[in-house]
Amino acid sequence: MTPSPTGTPAGSTRDIPDAGTTPVAIRCENVFKVFGKNAKRLVNAAEGYITPEAAAEADCIVGVNNASFEVREGELLVIMGLSGSGKSTLLRCISRLTEATAGKVIVDGRDLLAMNNKQLIELRRNKMGMVFQNFGLLPHKTVLENIAFPLQVKGRKTRESMDRAMQMIELVGLHGRQNYFPRQLSGGQQQRVGIARSLAIEPDIWFLDEPFSALDPLIRKEMQDEFLRLQKVLHKTILFVTHDFDEALRLADRIAIMKNGIIEQLDTPANIVLNPRTEYVRKFTEDVPREKVLRVVSVMEAPAAGETPGELRVPGDALIEDVAEDVLGQSLPVGVVDGSGALVGVLHPSHVLSVLFGASAGHRSADGA
Amino acid sequence: MSAAPEMRPPWYRSKPAMSVLLVAVFLLLCAFIDPGESNPLWRLPPLLKALPYAINDAVQYMLFEWMPIPVYDPIMDLYEQKPLLREVTRGVSDGLLFVINFVREVLLGGVNTIVAFTGWDFINEHEWVYWPALPWTVVAGWAALLGYRLEGMRLAVLGAATTCFIAIFGQWEPSMQTLSFVLITAPAAALLGLGLGIWCYRSSVVEAAMNPLLNVAQTMPHYSYLVPVIVLFGVGDHAAAVATIVFATPPMVRLTLLGLKGVPNDVVEAGLMTGCSNRQLTFKVLIPAAKRDVLLGVNQVVMQCLAMTVIASFVGAKGLGSNLMIALNSLKIGTGIEIGICIVLMAVFLDKVSIAWANRKTDYFADRTFLQRHTALLLGAGILVAGALLAMLGSVIFREDFNYLHQIPHNKGLTTETFWQGLVDWIWNAFFEPLNSFNKFLISSVLVPMRDAYLAMPVAATFLLVGGMAYILAGLRSAVIVLLYLLFIAFSEYWDRALITAYMASFAVIVSAVLGVTVGTLCAQNAHASRMALLLCDFFQTFPSFIYLIPVILLFGITDTSVIIAAIAYATVPATRYTIEGLLSIPEVLQDAGSMAGVSRFQRLVSIEFPVAFPHIMLGLNQTVIFALFMVIIGAFIGTTDLGQLILKAISDPQGTGVGLVLGVCVAFIGLAADQVIRTWANNKKRMLGLA
Repeated sequence: MTPSPTGTPAGSTRDIPDAGTTPVAIRCENVFKVFGKNAKRLVNAAEGYITPEAAAEADCIVGVNNASFEVREGELLVIMGLSGSGKSTLLRCISRLTEATAGKVIVDGRDLLAMNNKQLIELRRNKMGMVFQNFGLLPHKTVLENIAFPLQVKGRKTRESMDRAMQMIELVGLHGRQNYFPRQLSGGQQQRVGIARSLAIEPDIWFLDEPFSALDPLIRKEMQDEFLRLQKVLHKTILFVTHDFDEALRLADRIAIMKNGIIEQLDTPANIVLNPRTEYVRKFTEDVPREKVLRVVSVMEAPAAGETPGELRVPGDALIEDVAEDVLGQSLPVGVVDGSGALVGVLHPSHVLSVLFGASAGHRSADGA
Repeated sequence: MSAAPEMRPPWYRSKPAMSVLLVAVFLLLCAFIDPGESNPLWRLPPLLKALPYAINDAVQYMLFEWMPIPVYDPIMDLYEQKPLLREVTRGVSDGLLFVINFVREVLLGGVNTIVAFTGWDFINEHEWVYWPALPWTVVAGWAALLGYRLEGMRLAVLGAATTCFIAIFGQWEPSMQTLSFVLITAPAAALLGLGLGIWCYRSSVVEAAMNPLLNVAQTMPHYSYLVPVIVLFGVGDHAAAVATIVFATPPMVRLTLLGLKGVPNDVVEAGLMTGCSNRQLTFKVLIPAAKRDVLLGVNQVVMQCLAMTVIASFVGAKGLGSNLMIALNSLKIGTGIEIGICIVLMAVFLDKVSIAWANRKTDYFADRTFLQRHTALLLGAGILVAGALLAMLGSVIFREDFNYLHQIPHNKGLTTETFWQGLVDWIWNAFFEPLNSFNKFLISSVLVPMRDAYLAMPVAATFLLVGGMAYILAGLRSAVIVLLYLLFIAFSEYWDRALITAYMASFAVIVSAVLGVTVGTLCAQNAHASRMALLLCDFFQTFPSFIYLIPVILLFGITDTSVIIAAIAYATVPATRYTIEGLLSIPEVLQDAGSMAGVSRFQRLVSIEFPVAFPHIMLGLNQTVIFALFMVIIGAFIGTTDLGQLILKAISDPQGTGVGLVLGVCVAFIGLAADQVIRTWANNKKRMLGLA
């Protein structure tokens, strides 16, 4: 990643939802998913987490182990973990593609896991969209028909849904390909269709299950940028599953790191890198260059009385990496502004230097600079 | 296979050694077991002799006594107690007959449909009441229009050519009878199969229950369906329709299930997350996504329905089938060939239309005028008017004669009979000697000795040989299953007949397999040749099985040779196809690895291509067995002395239900036994190669 020359990188104006004021969109309470005959009994017997010994004794495999967390409206929560960590299982429990063994998922004040089929269908038709790793496009429908499909399922008029689908095609930049079949598109284009389809009904909650994992690295980067651009416009509540830690850092407001079905740590990217809570998380983060996760606000100082910052202004939520070159070129401290342009703090070049080279920066990869 | 390293078995447990030992013991048993009716090692006692009668009684009971329900009789104005099953079958019969008649009368004219709504009195009072037949020109025009709308010029030409050929050669009436039959049975079977397939997909219990039924149904010879159908439904178009539907449904169920199971999980979940209801998920996501296989099923259904038209004529289906049968019986080869071409043309056209229909596209943003949107409808109406006018004109021109512009009556069209008869005469004159001596040689030096050898096997020896081979090739489980199949046949009365069927089928299978694998291997050496060969296989597979009998009767008359050669021709097709497919599907990497190791062409074939393609070729062989068995049974129609002949007899026997069913099951069990061994063998090989 190269810092953008203007010092105002993509995603810099993202509003990170404030835990205090933003309402909760999804709340998971003690969600368990256990595979095996004695699943129910095992969960009922467990106090807190199911221990590996108990699971082995009951001849069960634990997919999700006592997951409790909240996602706020407009927040992008990334669930990160290696394969087998239960990250996809957790997402599928929340979207109810898999039935959880126990627990509650509260959406709009109602427990999603207790809904009957009709209520669930209603909810999915109006509030949820999902993007799949292998796209899940209907092979018999064109791009246009695929994107219009959720609307037609809802019973909208053909003409109306086709018009809406055309808008979505514009949005994801597939204009001119509306009459192609999925098999005629590249992987990246297919996933654009998947994204457009999942957004066609204007969902509040957006699930993405490893959406870019099946793509080539260059395309993946391009799609991530595209995704951030969309989110900047749309402000959806997002649950995003990935096994790629870099991707998680790049996209997330908060990251949940999972291992063996347990959420090891759920925090902002900066906190995860700076204060890993378990050995497992620390191993993940030890090679991460900190300028890639730290934002200006977490390094700046409050403007001291009488001090006048230089001409240059940087946004508070920009990554250090993106502003480093500009700040280091200044002799005076740099002013930090919030979304509305008001001065909120100052950033000294020495702050940046200490992030880049400081002793507490820990291990740094060779290409980090 | 477990992770433990495989131990090399001791020499006496290696496959060749076991096989040699097996054959040695088999020969010993053959030599030392005395032939004699009372010797159970020679022939098992027919313990199941009473089974056919038990089935008869059960059917009679079900039909005439079981579950009486009150039925209102409008004429007597009272409720009568009638057995449920009988009422159900009667209802089904009436319904089928009505729709078939309806389509038939739209095409050919008639009064039956009107009678159904008004009664005979009305018809007799009003002379003018008659539904006029569509002029053949209209049907031809519509066929072309349909073809054009769905695919383009090529299908339009095929449609027009098919209808014109049929009309000009005077096969219009029987062809339309057959068409009306297929237009009802094919959709019925397709829908039934689709429904059952979906049910199987939804419930694993249903699938487990359905699987053995489908296995037996797909290996039962066509004839066996006829006997119970006669008992339950009587004789006529409706009975034939029932038999056809029952026969054509299993492949549809299979392919639907296969297709549904092949739908990627992501697609299903995308559907669910979109908020599809159960019905939407099934009809808008699953089935369209499984379209390829479902269509293949529809295609199979159409083919099976056409193939059944000939056999269905045994229970009174009108149309091309019964005419073909009569022509073949009276050795009118020319007529037979013309009818055969009609059937094949119809099959090809219906096949292409059904596929083109499923592939059609919609344009949502085209802003079209009323005229543009309804072009086809208007054109169709135009064709109707034009055709009607032509027909009226015809009634003026051909005042004295038949109105050829309306309907060309049966056998008043052109015929090439004299040409074909001439050809047959010429062939017989020119090649009588070689043909006859070949025929004699085959019968007296190959077939008869082979049959005698089969019949001279003591039952114990047969069991040992078959069970032993099954064990060596496919393991203990398969051997037990195969022996259970054989046990059923051995306890029935029909062991000797089954041996005759087995000898004919095995002869045909051996020749077909050798031919098919050789031809397939040769063709697979060249991309162009393989494409041509696969196309040819496609083409030949659209032929209903009966068609294969026409040319061989032409050459060899009504003899066992004809049956065997027809069976060989019919069964070679799958062997060839699967060999080519198998050889062409070798992974590129393996070929490259071979090239880099410097293999010669022959080494490549022997050490890379054959071993890797082996499981697929085996599946082809499996098909070959079933095809050969079917043809041998159909051969009963031109006079063989095996199980088929007995089934044919059972059709005309009022007490034939049980016999026919038991015989059908016997044939099915022979097929299933072969299927079990070959499939397990192929699957084991597949697993060993890591292809499963």
